[in-house]
Amino acid sequence: MDTGPQTKYFSLLADGHFQIQGCESCGACIFYPRVICPYCGSDRLYWFKPEGSATVYSTTVVRRDREKGGDYNVALVDLVEGPRMMTSIKGIEPDQVKIGMKVEFHSIDTETHDAVYFQPAGNA
Amino acid sequence: MVKELRGKTAIVGIGQAGLGKAEGFSEVEILAEAARLAVADAGLKMSDIDGITTASVTAPMWAMPVIEYLGLNTSFIDSTMLGGSSFVAHMLPAIHALRSGQCNAVLVCYGSTQRTSSVNRATIAEVRRSFDPQPYEYPYNPLSPLSTYALAAARHMHEYGTTRDQLTDVVLAARSWAQRNPDALRRQPLSRAEVEESKMISDPLTVADCCLVNDGAGAYVMVRADRAEDLPQKSAYVLGAATHVWGRQGSSLPSLTETAAKVSGERAFEMAGVKPSDIDVAELYDAFSINTILFLEDLGFCPKGEGGRFVSDGMIAPGGDLPVNTNGGGLSCIHPGMYGIFITIEAVRQLRGHRGDGQIDGAELALVHGNGGSLSSQSTAILGAESTLW
Repeated sequence: MDTGPQTKYFSLLADGHFQIQGCESCGACIFYPRVICPYCGSDRLYWFKPEGSATVYSTTVVRRDREKGGDYNVALVDLVEGPRMMTSIKGIEPDQVKIGMKVEFHSIDTETHDAVYFQPAGNA
Repeated sequence: MVKELRGKTAIVGIGQAGLGKAEGFSEVEILAEAARLAVADAGLKMSDIDGITTASVTAPMWAMPVIEYLGLNTSFIDSTMLGGSSFVAHMLPAIHALRSGQCNAVLVCYGSTQRTSSVNRATIAEVRRSFDPQPYEYPYNPLSPLSTYALAAARHMHEYGTTRDQLTDVVLAARSWAQRNPDALRRQPLSRAEVEESKMISDPLTVADCCLVNDGAGAYVMVRADRAEDLPQKSAYVLGAATHVWGRQGSSLPSLTETAAKVSGERAFEMAGVKPSDIDVAELYDAFSINTILFLEDLGFCPKGEGGRFVSDGMIAPGGDLPVNTNGGGLSCIHPGMYGIFITIEAVRQLRGHRGDGQIDGAELALVHGNGGSLSSQSTAILGAESTLW
């Protein structure tokens, strides 16, 4: 491999691609990216573009003073492929995000390229 | 097998120092004072200590300066760092080392000056971003570790109908116990309205749902049970001890409403040969109000999902059926970064019958449950008075 999976994940994000891993051995989908599968120990992992659909597992509003940027959302979402990941839900007030809400891929952070955001499904 | 270790060791000395603000003292200085008090309480000399366990929030090689500072000559050293649960987790390795004869007296110790030191909680959080990176969480700026507990609370409310009122019940129970503990740092009366009006930090958790941030040091001494009989204090025998970890980051844990306490609890109860309904007093690591609810469920004091209802109606408060966090907890007593040593000390005091206004009459079996990281590490210990030995 050219780089470790962590560098690869963030390089892909920098190039505008949100990809996760799947395990050829046990079939599990994996997030975050690893060298070996945490379910079966296999090193036969491949990269793929997830569908981008997810369900909110939990959500919180981090309260922040307005002059520092105001409140923001932090959520955990379950990708339709299985894995859970942290994200922030965009396109909706942070306190309007609800557990169980269907969400879809929104964007990769345009400045830091290290964050993947979701939005309520059907928002686009 | 681990069951054979039941009651073969005991906690025979405890000490605390620098509680609250240890202005002008370093971490190792208040740790050393707590250690001195614990060793003296055990009726031993520092030169009798030949085993040590310790851990630090900031110093990864912490066992070495502590050994150096105390002038110890130790044949057993464990500095496993599992966050706040560490000093509950250290119990089982200490039991093994004592039983095998590797050492004869283990000092478990901790000290933190994160309230008054220039290396305060905010500095630690900043340094941790590079020393302990979580590249799949930090980009979203969760408050670490608070937001994971907030996400757990929100999910628990969603799945089981747990209410904001029930979180408040946990906070109020802790304060009621603190009012019965002269060592507790927050003892002023607290009303339901005050909790409800507290500043929201990360929904649904407010500042009232968060533990204190103080300085403080604690220490305890363990020896084999046969030796404990000759020492001055009433022994707290270690009947069960277990630790379990499912992961580090909240986003990587299999569940935020069921923790690895389920596994550590089952193992500790099995080793101790007792069940939750036998426990007289429970000290559950309440870094946040939701913890108490989660651990009551995961440790089997009530069914999964019933923790919120369990804590309502004063069940865990003074006069309730199950006294929980009788020192006032991390919420109202003390929380210097890692709190596991203080729940252990409180359990020992209860078993000795030394808790004054907060004493549980006839307490013979105490459960101590430590939590570390973002609901990441879970350690359960069951301590018993001499009457619980078989």
